[in-house]
Amino acid sequence: MIPAAFDYVAPTSVEAALAALAQYGDEAKIIAGGQSLLPVLRMRLNAPEWIIDLGKIESLRGIRDDGDAIVIGAMTPHSVVGSDSLVAEHAALISKAVEHLADAQVRHRGTFGGALAHADPAGDLGAPALALGAQFVIAGSGGTRTVAADDFFVDLFETAIGEDEILTEVRIPKHTGWGACYEKFVRVAHQWPIVAVAATVKVDGGTISEARVGLTNMGSTPLRARAVEEALAGQSLSEDVVRAAAEKAADGANPPSDLNGDADYRRHLATVLTRRAVVAATGG
Amino acid sequence: MTRISLNVDGASVSDDVEPRMLLVQYLRERLGKTGTVIGCDTSNCGACTVHLNGTSVKSCNVLAVQADGAEVTTIEGLAKDGKLHAVQESFRECHGLQCGFCTPGMIMQSVDLLKENPKPSEEEIRLGLEGNLCRCTGYHNIVRAVQHASGQAVNS
Repeated sequence: MIPAAFDYVAPTSVEAALAALAQYGDEAKIIAGGQSLLPVLRMRLNAPEWIIDLGKIESLRGIRDDGDAIVIGAMTPHSVVGSDSLVAEHAALISKAVEHLADAQVRHRGTFGGALAHADPAGDLGAPALALGAQFVIAGSGGTRTVAADDFFVDLFETAIGEDEILTEVRIPKHTGWGACYEKFVRVAHQWPIVAVAATVKVDGGTISEARVGLTNMGSTPLRARAVEEALAGQSLSEDVVRAAAEKAADGANPPSDLNGDADYRRHLATVLTRRAVVAATGG
Repeated sequence: MTRISLNVDGASVSDDVEPRMLLVQYLRERLGKTGTVIGCDTSNCGACTVHLNGTSVKSCNVLAVQADGAEVTTIEGLAKDGKLHAVQESFRECHGLQCGFCTPGMIMQSVDLLKENPKPSEEEIRLGLEGNLCRCTGYHNIVRAVQHASGQAVNS
Protein backbone atom coordinates (compact mmCIF):
# COMPACT_ATOMS: atom_id res chain seq x y z
CA MET A 1 0.00 0.00 0.00
CA ILE A 2 1.45 3.28 -1.15
CA PRO A 3 0.32 6.70 0.06
CA ALA A 4 -1.23 9.13 -2.41
CA ALA A 5 1.34 11.53 -3.86
CA PHE A 6 2.35 14.52 -1.76
CA ASP A 7 5.02 17.20 -1.71
CA TYR A 8 7.57 17.12 1.07
CA VAL A 9 9.56 19.63 3.04
CA ALA A 10 11.95 19.02 5.94
CA PRO A 11 12.71 22.33 7.67
CA THR A 12 15.64 22.56 10.08
CA SER A 13 14.11 25.02 12.57
CA VAL A 14 10.77 25.48 14.33
CA GLU A 15 10.46 28.93 12.70
CA ALA A 16 10.86 27.43 9.22
CA ALA A 17 8.35 24.70 10.05
CA LEU A 18 5.84 27.31 11.22
CA ALA A 19 6.41 29.28 8.01
CA ALA A 20 5.76 26.14 5.93
CA LEU A 21 2.62 25.48 7.96
CA ALA A 22 1.43 29.05 7.39
CA GLN A 23 2.11 28.72 3.66
CA TYR A 24 0.42 25.35 3.03
CA GLY A 25 -2.26 25.66 5.70
CA ASP A 26 -4.88 22.95 5.83
CA GLU A 27 -3.35 21.17 2.82
CA ALA A 28 -0.44 20.19 5.06
CA LYS A 29 0.13 17.54 7.68
CA ILE A 30 3.04 17.39 10.09
CA ILE A 31 5.02 14.17 10.38
CA ALA A 32 7.00 13.43 13.55
CA GLY A 33 8.09 9.77 13.75
CA GLY A 34 5.27 8.78 11.42
CA GLN A 35 4.34 5.57 13.24
CA SER A 36 0.65 6.55 13.35
CA LEU A 37 0.53 8.84 10.32
CA LEU A 38 2.15 6.56 7.75
CA PRO A 39 -0.37 3.70 8.19
CA VAL A 40 -3.13 6.31 7.81
CA LEU A 41 -1.59 7.66 4.61
CA ARG A 42 -0.97 4.18 3.23
CA MET A 43 -4.56 3.13 3.81
CA ARG A 44 -5.47 6.46 2.19
CA LEU A 45 -7.63 7.49 5.12
CA ASN A 46 -5.95 10.88 4.68
CA ALA A 47 -4.22 12.39 1.67
CA PRO A 48 -2.56 15.73 2.50
CA GLU A 49 -0.92 17.64 -0.35
CA TRP A 50 2.08 18.57 1.76
CA ILE A 51 4.01 16.70 4.44
CA ILE A 52 6.11 18.83 6.77
CA ASP A 53 8.75 16.63 8.42
CA LEU A 54 10.05 17.76 11.84
CA GLY A 55 12.78 15.09 11.79
CA LYS A 56 15.60 17.51 11.00
CA ILE A 57 14.89 19.96 13.82
CA GLU A 58 17.48 19.04 16.43
CA SER A 59 16.14 21.50 19.04
CA LEU A 60 12.97 19.41 19.38
CA ARG A 61 14.91 16.39 20.70
CA GLY A 62 16.14 15.71 24.20
CA ILE A 63 15.18 15.62 27.86
CA ARG A 64 16.25 18.18 30.44
CA ASP A 65 15.86 18.97 34.12
CA ASP A 66 14.18 22.34 34.59
CA GLY A 67 13.91 22.69 38.36
CA ASP A 68 10.43 21.58 39.32
CA ALA A 69 9.77 19.86 35.99
CA ILE A 70 11.27 17.44 33.49
CA VAL A 71 11.04 18.79 29.96
CA ILE A 72 10.73 16.32 27.08
CA GLY A 73 11.31 17.58 23.54
CA ALA A 74 8.41 16.69 21.25
CA MET A 75 10.61 14.76 18.79
CA THR A 76 12.29 12.61 21.44
CA PRO A 77 11.77 8.94 20.52
CA HIS A 78 9.87 6.70 22.95
CA SER A 79 12.93 4.46 23.36
CA VAL A 80 14.96 7.43 24.64
CA VAL A 81 12.19 8.54 27.02
CA GLY A 82 11.78 4.98 28.28
CA SER A 83 15.44 4.56 29.18
CA ASP A 84 16.02 8.07 30.56
CA SER A 85 17.10 8.19 34.21
CA LEU A 86 15.61 11.67 34.87
CA VAL A 87 12.21 10.49 33.67
CA ALA A 88 12.50 7.28 35.72
CA GLU A 89 13.35 9.24 38.87
CA HIS A 90 10.88 12.12 38.60
CA ALA A 91 8.07 10.84 36.36
CA ALA A 92 8.15 7.06 36.77
CA LEU A 93 4.62 6.74 35.43
CA ILE A 94 5.87 7.83 31.99
CA SER A 95 8.68 5.24 32.05
CA LYS A 96 6.21 2.50 32.98
CA ALA A 97 3.79 3.44 30.19
CA VAL A 98 6.52 3.65 27.53
CA GLU A 99 7.86 0.22 28.47
CA HIS A 100 4.91 -1.56 26.86
CA LEU A 101 3.99 1.02 24.21
CA ALA A 102 3.72 -0.74 20.83
CA ASP A 103 6.92 -2.71 20.10
CA ALA A 104 10.67 -2.06 20.06
CA GLN A 105 10.84 -0.94 16.43
CA VAL A 106 7.96 1.50 16.85
CA ARG A 107 9.49 2.84 20.09
CA HIS A 108 12.71 3.60 18.21
CA ARG A 109 10.90 5.65 15.60
CA GLY A 110 7.76 7.01 17.27
CA THR A 111 8.03 10.24 19.24
CA PHE A 112 6.70 11.45 22.60
CA GLY A 113 5.18 14.63 21.17
CA GLY A 114 3.92 12.95 18.03
CA ALA A 115 1.94 10.37 19.96
CA LEU A 116 0.41 12.99 22.27
CA ALA A 117 -0.46 15.34 19.38
CA HIS A 118 -2.05 12.41 17.52
CA ALA A 119 -4.38 12.04 20.55
CA ASP A 120 -5.57 8.51 19.89
CA PRO A 121 -7.79 7.76 22.93
CA ALA A 122 -6.21 4.27 22.97
CA GLY A 123 -2.68 5.74 22.91
CA ASP A 124 -0.57 4.92 25.95
CA LEU A 125 0.80 8.38 26.80
CA GLY A 126 -2.33 10.50 27.22
CA ALA A 127 -3.49 9.06 30.54
CA PRO A 128 -0.03 9.29 32.20
CA ALA A 129 0.46 12.85 30.91
CA LEU A 130 -2.96 13.80 32.26
CA ALA A 131 -2.38 12.10 35.60
CA LEU A 132 0.96 13.89 36.06
CA GLY A 133 -0.51 17.28 35.15
CA ALA A 134 1.74 17.73 32.10
CA GLN A 135 1.96 21.11 30.41
CA PHE A 136 2.13 21.33 26.65
CA VAL A 137 4.32 24.01 25.08
CA ILE A 138 2.92 25.00 21.69
CA ALA A 139 4.65 27.30 19.20
CA GLY A 140 2.77 29.51 16.75
CA SER A 141 3.52 32.53 14.63
CA GLY A 142 2.78 34.82 17.59
CA GLY A 143 5.14 33.01 19.99
CA THR A 144 4.65 30.12 22.36
CA ARG A 145 1.85 29.32 24.76
CA THR A 146 1.43 26.65 27.40
CA VAL A 147 -1.67 24.49 27.70
CA ALA A 148 -2.47 22.40 30.79
CA ALA A 149 -3.15 18.71 30.29
CA ASP A 150 -6.78 19.18 31.41
CA ASP A 151 -7.32 21.49 28.42
CA PHE A 152 -5.08 19.75 25.88
CA PHE A 153 -7.19 16.75 24.90
CA VAL A 154 -10.31 18.05 23.19
CA ASP A 155 -11.87 15.03 21.46
CA LEU A 156 -11.08 11.95 19.41
CA PHE A 157 -7.75 12.70 17.64
CA GLU A 158 -8.23 16.38 18.50
CA THR A 159 -6.08 18.55 20.77
CA ALA A 160 -5.72 22.22 21.65
CA ILE A 161 -2.93 22.56 19.04
CA GLY A 162 -4.16 24.99 16.36
CA GLU A 163 -3.78 24.28 12.64
CA ASP A 164 -0.96 26.82 12.41
CA GLU A 165 0.82 25.59 15.56
CA ILE A 166 3.40 22.96 16.53
CA LEU A 167 3.85 21.13 19.84
CA THR A 168 7.50 21.71 20.78
CA GLU A 169 7.90 20.24 24.26
CA VAL A 170 6.05 18.74 27.19
CA ARG A 171 6.77 19.78 30.78
CA ILE A 172 6.14 17.08 33.36
CA PRO A 173 5.98 18.36 36.96
CA LYS A 174 8.32 16.29 39.09
CA HIS A 175 6.69 13.51 41.08
CA THR A 176 9.85 12.38 42.81
CA GLY A 177 9.33 9.45 45.15
CA TRP A 178 5.83 8.67 43.91
CA GLY A 179 5.10 5.02 43.14
CA ALA A 180 3.77 4.33 39.66
CA CYS A 181 2.13 1.64 37.57
CA TYR A 182 0.62 1.43 34.09
CA GLU A 183 -1.79 -1.51 33.85
CA LYS A 184 -2.59 -2.27 30.23
CA PHE A 185 -5.11 -4.86 29.10
CA VAL A 186 -4.61 -6.28 25.60
CA ARG A 187 -5.70 -9.44 23.81
CA VAL A 188 -2.55 -9.88 21.74
CA ALA A 189 1.01 -8.53 21.93
CA HIS A 190 1.94 -5.00 20.83
CA GLN A 191 -1.64 -3.84 20.48
CA TRP A 192 -3.49 -0.78 21.65
CA PRO A 193 -5.03 -1.31 25.08
CA ILE A 194 -8.68 -2.25 25.32
CA VAL A 195 -8.46 -0.30 28.58
CA ALA A 196 -5.41 0.85 30.50
CA VAL A 197 -4.99 2.61 33.85
CA ALA A 198 -2.12 4.93 34.79
CA ALA A 199 -1.72 5.37 38.54
CA THR A 200 0.87 7.28 40.52
CA VAL A 201 0.62 7.50 44.29
CA LYS A 202 2.50 9.24 47.08
CA VAL A 203 2.54 7.33 50.35
CA ASP A 204 3.92 8.84 53.57
CA GLY A 205 4.27 6.53 56.56
CA GLY A 206 1.40 4.26 55.54
CA THR A 207 -0.92 7.10 54.55
CA ILE A 208 -1.80 7.96 50.95
CA SER A 209 -1.07 11.67 50.76
CA GLU A 210 -2.05 12.02 47.10
CA ALA A 211 -3.06 9.80 44.18
CA ARG A 212 -3.36 10.57 40.48
CA VAL A 213 -5.16 8.13 38.20
CA GLY A 214 -5.61 8.38 34.41
CA LEU A 215 -7.70 6.17 32.14
CA THR A 216 -6.86 5.09 28.56
CA ASN A 217 -9.60 4.25 26.05
CA MET A 218 -12.49 4.94 28.43
CA GLY A 219 -13.87 7.80 26.29
CA SER A 220 -12.99 10.01 23.35
CA THR A 221 -10.06 11.49 25.30
CA PRO A 222 -7.84 10.29 28.15
CA LEU A 223 -9.65 10.79 31.46
CA ARG A 224 -8.79 11.45 35.11
CA ALA A 225 -10.49 9.07 37.54
CA ARG A 226 -11.10 11.88 40.04
CA ALA A 227 -13.51 9.90 42.20
CA VAL A 228 -10.78 7.32 42.77
CA GLU A 229 -8.21 10.00 43.56
CA GLU A 230 -10.53 11.62 46.11
CA ALA A 231 -11.39 8.30 47.71
CA LEU A 232 -7.69 7.49 48.18
CA ALA A 233 -6.40 10.86 49.38
CA GLY A 234 -5.63 11.00 53.10
CA GLN A 235 -6.55 7.36 53.75
CA SER A 236 -4.44 4.76 55.50
CA LEU A 237 -3.16 2.37 52.89
CA SER A 238 -5.05 -0.93 53.00
CA GLU A 239 -6.47 -3.44 50.57
CA ASP A 240 -10.04 -2.47 51.50
CA VAL A 241 -9.41 1.23 50.91
CA VAL A 242 -7.88 0.56 47.50
CA ARG A 243 -10.64 -1.88 46.53
CA ALA A 244 -13.40 0.55 47.50
CA ALA A 245 -11.73 3.45 45.70
CA ALA A 246 -11.17 1.40 42.53
CA GLU A 247 -14.90 0.63 42.35
CA LYS A 248 -15.36 4.28 41.35
CA ALA A 249 -12.92 4.08 38.39
CA ALA A 250 -15.56 4.31 35.68
CA ASP A 251 -17.64 7.04 37.37
CA GLY A 252 -18.53 9.60 34.73
CA ALA A 253 -16.71 7.74 31.93
CA ASN A 254 -18.40 7.04 28.62
CA PRO A 255 -16.35 4.20 27.14
CA PRO A 256 -16.79 2.99 23.55
CA SER A 257 -18.24 -0.38 22.51
CA ASP A 258 -16.44 -2.30 19.79
CA LEU A 259 -15.36 -5.81 18.83
CA ASN A 260 -12.91 -5.92 21.74
CA GLY A 261 -15.58 -5.29 24.33
CA ASP A 262 -18.72 -3.33 25.04
CA ALA A 263 -18.95 -0.32 27.30
CA ASP A 264 -19.99 -2.32 30.39
CA TYR A 265 -17.05 -4.67 29.92
CA ARG A 266 -14.70 -1.68 29.75
CA ARG A 267 -16.25 -0.16 32.90
CA HIS A 268 -15.61 -3.40 34.73
CA LEU A 269 -12.06 -3.62 33.35
CA ALA A 270 -11.35 -0.09 34.55
CA THR A 271 -12.21 -1.03 38.15
CA VAL A 272 -10.08 -4.18 38.09
CA LEU A 273 -7.10 -2.50 36.42
CA THR A 274 -7.33 0.50 38.75
CA ARG A 275 -7.17 -1.76 41.78
CA ARG A 276 -4.15 -3.59 40.38
CA ALA A 277 -2.42 -0.37 39.33
CA VAL A 278 -2.89 1.34 42.70
CA VAL A 279 -1.77 -1.77 44.58
CA ALA A 280 1.38 -1.97 42.44
CA ALA A 281 2.02 1.79 42.70
CA THR A 282 1.87 1.56 46.48
CA GLY A 283 4.36 -1.28 46.59
CA GLY A 284 1.86 -4.14 46.88
CA MET B 1 11.11 14.33 -6.62
CA THR B 2 13.38 14.77 -3.62
CA ARG B 3 17.11 14.09 -3.60
CA ILE B 4 18.27 11.73 -0.86
CA SER B 5 21.76 10.58 0.08
CA LEU B 6 22.34 7.80 2.53
CA ASN B 7 24.59 4.88 3.34
CA VAL B 8 23.16 1.40 2.86
CA ASP B 9 25.14 -1.64 4.00
CA GLY B 10 28.37 0.31 3.84
CA ALA B 11 27.86 1.88 0.41
CA SER B 12 26.96 5.52 -0.24
CA VAL B 13 23.92 5.95 -2.45
CA SER B 14 22.15 9.00 -3.81
CA ASP B 15 18.82 9.07 -5.66
CA ASP B 16 15.85 11.20 -6.65
CA VAL B 17 12.74 9.64 -5.10
CA GLU B 18 9.07 10.44 -4.86
CA PRO B 19 8.42 11.63 -1.29
CA ARG B 20 5.75 8.95 -0.88
CA MET B 21 8.21 6.12 -1.56
CA LEU B 22 8.62 3.87 1.49
CA LEU B 23 12.10 2.93 2.68
CA VAL B 24 11.39 -0.76 2.06
CA GLN B 25 10.39 -0.01 -1.54
CA TYR B 26 13.53 2.01 -2.03
CA LEU B 27 15.71 -0.80 -0.70
CA ARG B 28 14.04 -3.47 -2.81
CA GLU B 29 13.08 -1.68 -6.02
CA ARG B 30 15.89 0.85 -6.43
CA LEU B 31 18.79 -0.90 -4.75
CA GLY B 32 17.70 -4.48 -5.49
CA LYS B 33 18.11 -5.43 -1.83
CA THR B 34 15.31 -7.96 -1.81
CA GLY B 35 16.64 -9.63 1.33
CA THR B 36 14.41 -7.19 3.21
CA VAL B 37 10.87 -8.41 2.61
CA ILE B 38 7.40 -6.89 2.79
CA GLY B 39 5.20 -9.06 5.01
CA CYS B 40 1.98 -7.52 6.24
CA ASP B 41 2.54 -4.03 4.81
CA THR B 42 0.69 -2.60 7.82
CA SER B 43 3.66 -2.22 10.22
CA ASN B 44 2.50 -5.17 12.32
CA CYS B 45 4.66 -8.12 11.36
CA GLY B 46 8.22 -6.77 11.47
CA ALA B 47 9.44 -8.82 8.46
CA CYS B 48 10.80 -5.59 6.92
CA THR B 49 12.91 -4.66 9.97
CA VAL B 50 16.22 -2.91 9.19
CA HIS B 51 18.57 -0.76 11.27
CA LEU B 52 18.32 3.01 10.78
CA ASN B 53 21.24 4.82 12.39
CA GLY B 54 21.90 1.77 14.52
CA THR B 55 18.42 0.98 15.84
CA SER B 56 15.72 -1.29 14.48
CA VAL B 57 12.76 0.15 12.55
CA LYS B 58 10.03 -1.27 10.35
CA SER B 59 11.07 -0.08 6.90
CA CYS B 60 7.49 -0.26 5.57
CA ASN B 61 6.66 2.47 8.09
CA VAL B 62 9.44 4.93 7.22
CA LEU B 63 9.57 7.15 4.13
CA ALA B 64 12.72 6.91 2.04
CA VAL B 65 13.06 10.72 2.35
CA GLN B 66 13.10 10.34 6.16
CA ALA B 67 16.25 8.23 5.78
CA ASP B 68 18.11 11.06 4.05
CA GLY B 69 21.56 11.37 5.63
CA ALA B 70 21.12 8.15 7.58
CA GLU B 71 22.99 4.90 7.81
CA VAL B 72 20.89 1.85 6.97
CA THR B 73 21.86 -1.77 7.60
CA THR B 74 19.77 -4.54 6.06
CA ILE B 75 19.99 -8.30 6.47
CA GLU B 76 22.29 -8.21 3.41
CA GLY B 77 24.82 -6.09 5.27
CA LEU B 78 25.19 -8.28 8.37
CA ALA B 79 27.68 -10.86 7.07
CA LYS B 80 31.28 -9.65 6.97
CA ASP B 81 33.95 -11.03 4.61
CA GLY B 82 31.73 -13.93 3.60
CA LYS B 83 31.20 -14.96 7.22
CA LEU B 84 27.66 -14.98 8.64
CA HIS B 85 26.85 -12.77 11.63
CA ALA B 86 26.68 -14.73 14.90
CA VAL B 87 22.87 -14.30 15.02
CA GLN B 88 22.49 -15.55 11.43
CA GLU B 89 24.66 -18.53 12.31
CA SER B 90 22.53 -19.21 15.43
CA PHE B 91 19.27 -19.17 13.50
CA ARG B 92 20.81 -21.76 11.14
CA GLU B 93 22.24 -23.80 14.00
CA CYS B 94 19.02 -23.84 16.07
CA HIS B 95 16.71 -24.14 13.05
CA GLY B 96 15.05 -20.85 14.01
CA LEU B 97 12.93 -20.81 10.88
CA GLN B 98 10.61 -22.89 8.77
CA CYS B 99 9.32 -21.02 5.71
CA GLY B 100 11.91 -18.30 6.33
CA PHE B 101 9.79 -15.31 5.41
CA CYS B 102 9.97 -13.64 8.82
CA THR B 103 13.66 -14.48 9.23
CA PRO B 104 15.31 -11.29 7.89
CA GLY B 105 13.22 -9.19 10.30
CA MET B 106 13.64 -11.66 13.19
CA ILE B 107 17.41 -11.60 12.79
CA MET B 108 17.63 -7.80 12.48
CA GLN B 109 15.46 -7.35 15.59
CA SER B 110 17.44 -10.02 17.48
CA VAL B 111 20.71 -8.21 16.69
CA ASP B 112 19.18 -4.99 18.02
CA LEU B 113 17.86 -6.75 21.14
CA LEU B 114 21.27 -8.28 21.93
CA LYS B 115 23.01 -4.94 21.42
CA GLU B 116 20.79 -3.39 24.13
CA ASN B 117 20.69 -6.46 26.34
CA PRO B 118 23.54 -8.95 25.68
CA LYS B 119 22.20 -11.62 28.06
CA PRO B 120 18.40 -11.47 27.85
CA SER B 121 16.17 -13.86 29.79
CA GLU B 122 13.67 -15.96 27.87
CA GLU B 123 10.92 -13.50 28.78
CA GLU B 124 13.04 -10.55 27.64
CA ILE B 125 13.68 -12.29 24.32
CA ARG B 126 9.95 -12.90 23.78
CA LEU B 127 9.11 -9.29 24.72
CA GLY B 128 11.96 -7.92 22.60
CA LEU B 129 10.63 -9.79 19.57
CA GLU B 130 6.96 -8.93 20.15
CA GLY B 131 6.93 -6.73 17.06
CA ASN B 132 7.91 -9.65 14.83
CA LEU B 133 5.37 -12.26 13.84
CA CYS B 134 6.18 -15.84 12.80
CA ARG B 135 3.35 -18.08 11.59
CA CYS B 136 5.36 -21.32 11.41
CA THR B 137 7.63 -22.00 14.33
CA GLY B 138 5.59 -21.16 17.41
CA TYR B 139 8.67 -19.06 18.28
CA HIS B 140 10.41 -21.76 20.32
CA ASN B 141 13.40 -22.26 18.03
CA ILE B 142 13.66 -18.53 17.45
CA VAL B 143 13.99 -18.01 21.21
CA ARG B 144 16.59 -20.79 21.31
CA ALA B 145 18.52 -19.16 18.47
CA VAL B 146 18.73 -15.88 20.38
CA GLN B 147 19.76 -17.69 23.57
CA HIS B 148 22.45 -19.53 21.59
CA ALA B 149 23.68 -16.33 19.95
CA SER B 150 24.03 -14.70 23.38
CA GLY B 151 26.15 -17.58 24.65
CA GLN B 152 23.50 -18.74 27.11
CA ALA B 153 22.06 -22.17 27.78
CA VAL B 154 19.39 -23.03 25.25
CA ASN B 155 15.87 -24.12 26.28
CA SER B 156 15.53 -27.88 26.01
